[in-house]
Amino acid sequence: MPAIGTGHYVVVSTALLLIGTLGVLTRRNIVVILMSIELILNAVNINLIAFSRHYGNVSGQIFAMFVITVAVAEAAVGLGILIALFRNKGSVLADEIDLLKW
Amino acid sequence: MLDAVFFYSFALLTLAGAVLTITQNSAVHSAIWLIVSLLGVAGLYLLQHAEFLFAVQIVLYIGGIMVLFLFVIMLVNLDEAAKQSQFNKQWWLALACVLGVGTEIFYVLAKGAGTFVLPAPGSSAGQMGNTEVIGVALFRDYLLPFEIASVLLLAAIVGSVVMAKRRV
Repeated sequence: MPAIGTGHYVVVSTALLLIGTLGVLTRRNIVVILMSIELILNAVNINLIAFSRHYGNVSGQIFAMFVITVAVAEAAVGLGILIALFRNKGSVLADEIDLLKW
Repeated sequence: MLDAVFFYSFALLTLAGAVLTITQNSAVHSAIWLIVSLLGVAGLYLLQHAEFLFAVQIVLYIGGIMVLFLFVIMLVNLDEAAKQSQFNKQWWLALACVLGVGTEIFYVLAKGAGTFVLPAPGSSAGQMGNTEVIGVALFRDYLLPFEIASVLLLAAIVGSVVMAKRRV
């Protein structure tokens, strides 16, 4: 069995990115779409941490920490918007939000 | 060998949790499987000797963001949504695009597989712990992004309160 190298982590990160993208494109429920966005952000973080170790530079981990910070901010505001949307429209399904549809 | 066992089990936890997140009908089940996936990711951080981020991931991501998600799922009554179809009408197109992009990325990774070896740990690897190294880097080299992040969090707090409060 070959030793676990950086390539293994990049493969895991890519697979997680693809699963998250599939979730964003496929699901109708906005809460699950937001959760798939969190999966994409975690995939990027795995990639950053793997290369931080590959090059011995701690900047990758600092960047990952800022990505987590931005994810927190985006989740909070996104869920606030979702609550306001639900209060006005009564639905959390993405294809029922079609007021601007031509 | 033990290293490989841990890596494959954390990777399996992460990817299986992710697949189950996007396929469950109930949003609460999706949130629980996302928590499982985030635990797998935290384990992968620990294997890469990023101990501070392992702790931050569990406390912030699982203990903060996922709890927020669960609260919002409780506030937003999802019983009506759970009875309807959960997937788009174009799910096959999304699957085809994702598989196409995935093939391209994995092909490129396979081409460059020989360069992905971990270097030998440097002589100064054991001097400072991971948290001290992150502390020094964050408060010396990355002080400005750190302060900007605090302004971003203030904006997020004000924004989420304004979006979620009842119009008087």
